[in-house]
Amino acid sequence: MYNDKVMDHFLNPRNAGEIDNADGVGEVGNAKCGDIMRMYVRIENDILVDVKFRTFGCGSAIAASSISTEMLIGKTVDEALEITNQDVVDELGGLPVVKVHCSVLAEQAFKMAIYDYAQKNNKTYKGLEGFDPDDLEDHHH
Amino acid sequence: MTKRIYMDYSATTPVKKEVVDAMIPFFSETFGNASSPHYFGREAKKVLMKARDTIAETLNAKSDEIYFTAGGTESDNWAIRGAMTFIKTKGKHMITTTIEHHGVLHPAEALEKEGYDVTYLPVDENGLIRLEDLKAAIRPDTALISIMFINNEIGTMQPIKEIGEIAKAHNIIFHTDAVQAYGNVKIDVEELNIDMLSISSHKIYGPKGVGALYMRKGTPVAPFMIGGAQEKKRRAGTENMPGIVGFAKAAEIAHAQLEDHIERLTKLRDRLIKGLLEKIDYTRLNGHPTKRHPGNVNISFEFIEGEALLLMLDHQGIAGSSGSACTSGSLDPSHVLMGIGLTHEIAHGSLRLSLGDFTTEEDVDTAIEKLIPIVQRLREMSPLYPANN
Repeated sequence: MYNDKVMDHFLNPRNAGEIDNADGVGEVGNAKCGDIMRMYVRIENDILVDVKFRTFGCGSAIAASSISTEMLIGKTVDEALEITNQDVVDELGGLPVVKVHCSVLAEQAFKMAIYDYAQKNNKTYKGLEGFDPDDLEDHHH
Repeated sequence: MTKRIYMDYSATTPVKKEVVDAMIPFFSETFGNASSPHYFGREAKKVLMKARDTIAETLNAKSDEIYFTAGGTESDNWAIRGAMTFIKTKGKHMITTTIEHHGVLHPAEALEKEGYDVTYLPVDENGLIRLEDLKAAIRPDTALISIMFINNEIGTMQPIKEIGEIAKAHNIIFHTDAVQAYGNVKIDVEELNIDMLSISSHKIYGPKGVGALYMRKGTPVAPFMIGGAQEKKRRAGTENMPGIVGFAKAAEIAHAQLEDHIERLTKLRDRLIKGLLEKIDYTRLNGHPTKRHPGNVNISFEFIEGEALLLMLDHQGIAGSSGSACTSGSLDPSHVLMGIGLTHEIAHGSLRLSLGDFTTEEDVDTAIEKLIPIVQRLREMSPLYPANN
């Protein structure tokens, strides 16, 4: 069902856990649907120096969270905001069609975390234009 | 290589060696069509009759009340559609439950679209129907009651004898999906007042693709398949002889060993339940604690999701099943877990481990031992786990 890369990120998740006093935190999804993703970002000089996650969800939700943290660390905020859910799917080498929503959730989670950082620090980013945390695309299956 | 432990006997069972041995001659040696009048056909016919006798004996039914089918789902479909469409004159209403297998639920829903009425009885937190609800649901035009013997997910066993008495008193046909019950509990269709009963071979160490529908003589049911004289013209099509022979052999073994089987499995089941509930916190047993399939264990682990749990368990060599939405392929967790009143969160974290004849005490202990760190690991990753907040 899952390819080796997805299984590797599921069984050996990178950056699981949380960042104390994170610069931004984003949580999306709900327990009713069976997946919740929470991402923590540490941002220094506009660069994501650390990203961690906690996820309640299936194997692909955990794998998408894990690989997202790897894709984000070291990027500038502007570069990070260009990452899409399709990039997450591609980086994982593909997800089953019914699991693509897990990558959508991952994108929403880190955008939410960066949005939280931007709000707290009065910053504006081009990639956040039109981003409304109350109006996220329904991630349901 | 880790030793693989199979704990999904409710999904299917391995075919026992004696069963395979019994089937082999019916592929190439005794291959005749049981409808043919010549020697080859007569030989097949004899064996077919004997297999029917065997199945009948295990249920205390008569041989001519056993109809071979392609499995449990076909038997369920036939019973429900056959009874409801054939006796239009009596009524357009049937009663079933919210926790039936889809083999019953989907035909019932299809009938509703065709203008029939269906009452779905709710169940309590242990998965049992209330007999008062059943009595209250009966209408003058109720033609059929279909209530499963043992639930496939949570293992709860319904009060079949009492249901049979109520159905009989109101002159309503009583069908039960006994796919999980057959071979795991004593079934006497006379004592239990059952009019129709669905059973399947591959759940009792027989081959896949074969099952049976017991129909009490005189039960008004339309044919399932037409186009031949097989099964008294009610289920046409050349008989699956190797399958039927294997099914009969498996049924014979299951029947002979029934008491030991129940005793042995119940001990293993309770050991597994006790171990998991005692050693892992934030857990709950789903289904009735005692009125339960002897090999069924269904536990919810809070704060984690079932598919992730299954995958990690599988990686460690243990095969189970889950009622989470991710494994059911739908938006919601299993209708059975929702039916017993679980919240979505708790239903998503369910794990079914079903034990069988090849499960050992060592397997049970290994499963407990491996589940402890897996559950802990997933909880450490979960934003819902209290220790993380």
